[in-house]
Amino acid sequence: MLRSRGVNLQEGPRTNYKERLQDIMLRRSSRRRLVDKVVSISAIFSVILAVILLGSILIEVVINGARALSINFLTQPPGAIGSGLGGIGPAIEGTLIVVGLASAIGAPVGVLAGIYLSEFAGNGIFPSSVRFFSDVLVGLPSIVIGIVAYISLVLTLGSFSVWAGALALSIIMIPIVVRVTEETLKVVPNSMKEAGHSLGIPKRTIILHIVLKSAKSGVITGIILAISRIAGETAPLIMTILGTDLFFTSLTGPVDALPLRIWRLVSQPYQYAHDFGWGAALILILMVLGMSLGLRLLAHRRGFKIGTIAA
Amino acid sequence: MTTNGENSREDEIKADKDIDRQTESEQVQEKQQQVHKVSIRNLEAWFGSKQALKNINLDVEQKTATSVIGPSGCGKTTLIKCLNRMHEMTPGAKAKGQVIIDGMDIYARNIDPVIIKRRIGMVFQKPNPFPTMSIYDNVVAGLKLNGIRDKRLMDEIVKDSLEGAALWDEVKNELGKPGMGLSGGQQQRLCIARALAMQPEVLLMDEPTSALDPVASSKIEDLVHDLKKRYTVIIVTHNMQQAARVSDHTAFMYLGELIEYSPTKKMFENPEKELTERYISGKFG
Ligand SMILES: Nc1ncnc2c1ncn2[C@@H]1O[C@H](COP(=O)(O)OP(=O)(O)OP(=O)(O)O)[C@@H](O)[C@H]1O
Ligand SMILES: [Mg+2]
Repeated sequence: MLRSRGVNLQEGPRTNYKERLQDIMLRRSSRRRLVDKVVSISAIFSVILAVILLGSILIEVVINGARALSINFLTQPPGAIGSGLGGIGPAIEGTLIVVGLASAIGAPVGVLAGIYLSEFAGNGIFPSSVRFFSDVLVGLPSIVIGIVAYISLVLTLGSFSVWAGALALSIIMIPIVVRVTEETLKVVPNSMKEAGHSLGIPKRTIILHIVLKSAKSGVITGIILAISRIAGETAPLIMTILGTDLFFTSLTGPVDALPLRIWRLVSQPYQYAHDFGWGAALILILMVLGMSLGLRLLAHRRGFKIGTIAA
Repeated sequence: MTTNGENSREDEIKADKDIDRQTESEQVQEKQQQVHKVSIRNLEAWFGSKQALKNINLDVEQKTATSVIGPSGCGKTTLIKCLNRMHEMTPGAKAKGQVIIDGMDIYARNIDPVIIKRRIGMVFQKPNPFPTMSIYDNVVAGLKLNGIRDKRLMDEIVKDSLEGAALWDEVKNELGKPGMGLSGGQQQRLCIARALAMQPEVLLMDEPTSALDPVASSKIEDLVHDLKKRYTVIIVTHNMQQAARVSDHTAFMYLGELIEYSPTKKMFENPEKELTERYISGKFG
C-alpha cells in the first residue's frame, strides 16, 4: 500500500536498495536475537510456573484425598454429621447421572448446531446471531444459568430435579461445543469437500464421513473440554438438583453431585469432613481424567485399518 | 415343466432374438453418439455478475483426449467444472446452456447433479486424497460412500483402478497405509484411480501435472495416452508441449470465449486464428 503522501520517486538520488535493506536487516537481526532470547526464556518460565502451580494443586489433592479413600467412602451415603462415618456414594452416582444426561443432550445438539453453522448456514442474520449468542453464553457466569433454570424449571415444576440440573448443565455445554465444532470444521480444506462432490457423494455423507472425520479430534477435544467444565460446576446445581444425602431415586427428584458434596463437606468444622472433601475432589478429578482418556481412545481406535486387500 | 419344455425353449430363442435386435439398435445408437460424446451448446457461466464463459460451443469425440489451453483466468477451469455441474457449487455461480453427454442434457431440469458427478470423473490441479483414509479406502471412497458394500467387488475395482492409474505396482503391498503418505505424483495418480473407480465415461483433468515434477508429469502424460483408449479425456493444461503430446483435439480459450477448436496437429502447425497463433508462439499469455 503506497500512500501517495509518502511516495515521491522524483525526490533525491536513488539509494542503493540492497545496501539499505541489508543495513536495516543487520540492525534488526541483533535486536531480533535479543527478543528471541527474552521471549523463549519467558515462555519456558511461564511453562514451569504453570506446571508447578498445577502440579502442586494435584499433589495436594492426591496426598490429602488418598487418606479418605476406602470402599465405604466410595459406596456409602454420608453418615450423621460429625460422626466421621459414611461416604460420598450418592454424589458420585449423581454426578455420573447429571453430567451423563447433560452430555447426552449437549454433545449431539452442540455438534449438530456446529455442523449447521459451518456447512449450511452461511453468513445470514440468523446464523450470525446464533454465533453471537453462543459467544455470549460461553462467557455468561454459570450462576445466571442456574437462576434461569431455577425459575423456569424448578419453580414451575414444583421440585428440584435431575432434569433441571442436566438441562442447566447442557445449556452451559452447548455453546462451547457449537463454537469449537464450527471452528474445527471450517479449517477442513475445501478441496476435501470438492473431491467428495466430484465423486457424486451426497452432501450429508461428505459431512459425516469426510469432513467430520478429519475434524474428529478437534470436535472430541471440544466435547471433552465442555464435559470437564460442567463436571465441576456447582452454582447451577445448587439451584436445580439441590443435593441430598440419599441415592438417586427418580429423574424428577433431587440428587447429589460431587461439587455440591465437596462444598458441604468443606464447610463443616470437622477434620474428617475436610479429608472427605479432599477425597471427593480427587474422585472428581479422576473421573474427568478417565472420561477424557476414554473419549480420546474411542476416537483413536478407528484408524487406518479398514479395508486392506489380500493381494 | 416337461410338457412345456419345447415351448419355453422357443420362447427363449425368441427372447434371444429380441435381445439381439435390441443390442443392434443400441449399437446403431452408440455409433451415432460415438461422434459426439460431449456436446456443449451455447454454454454461459457467471460468478455473480461476472461472466466467465461466453457462448461456448464444442463437440468432443468419444475415446479421445482433448486439451483446453489459454492464458490464466480465461475460463478453462470454469469450463470443465460446467461439464460435471461442479461450477454451480461455488456460492453465487451459475451456468446456462446445454451440455449433452451421451445424448442427455445434464442441465435438464429433472437431472440430479449428484448423479451426474458419479458418471464424470474429475481430477484436480492439486492432488487431494482424503487425509483420513488409507490408499485402499481412497480408491473406493466414492463407491463406499455411495453405499457399495461388496468386498470382493471393491477389491477387484481397487486393483483395476490402480492399474489403470499406473500406481498398482508401487502400492500393491501397502494398500492399508494412509494415502497422504505417498509422493505428490503418486497422490495425483491415486486421485485418478479414485475417479476411475467410479467407472466414469468422461474424465476431466484440471492441470493435473502443474504441481508435479517433470518425471511425475510425464508419467501422468503417458497415463492419459492409455486412458483415452477407454475414456473420453478432457484435460486443461498450461503447458503447450503437453497439449501437443497428449491430445487429439485442442481448444484455445481467451477471455471466456472459445477462440479455436481444431485437431491438435493443425492447431499447433497451422492455426486458423491469429490470436491462437500469437498465443501458441508465446507472444502473450
Ligand atoms: N470463485 C470465484 N469467484 C469469482 N470469480 C471467479 C472465481 N473463480 C474464477 N473466477 C473468475 O472467472 C474467470 C475464469 O476463471 P478460471 O478459474 O476458469 O480460469 P482458468 O482459465 O482456469 O485460469 P488458470 O489458468 O489461472 O487456472 C477468471 O476471470 C476469474 O477471475
Ligand atoms: Mg484453472
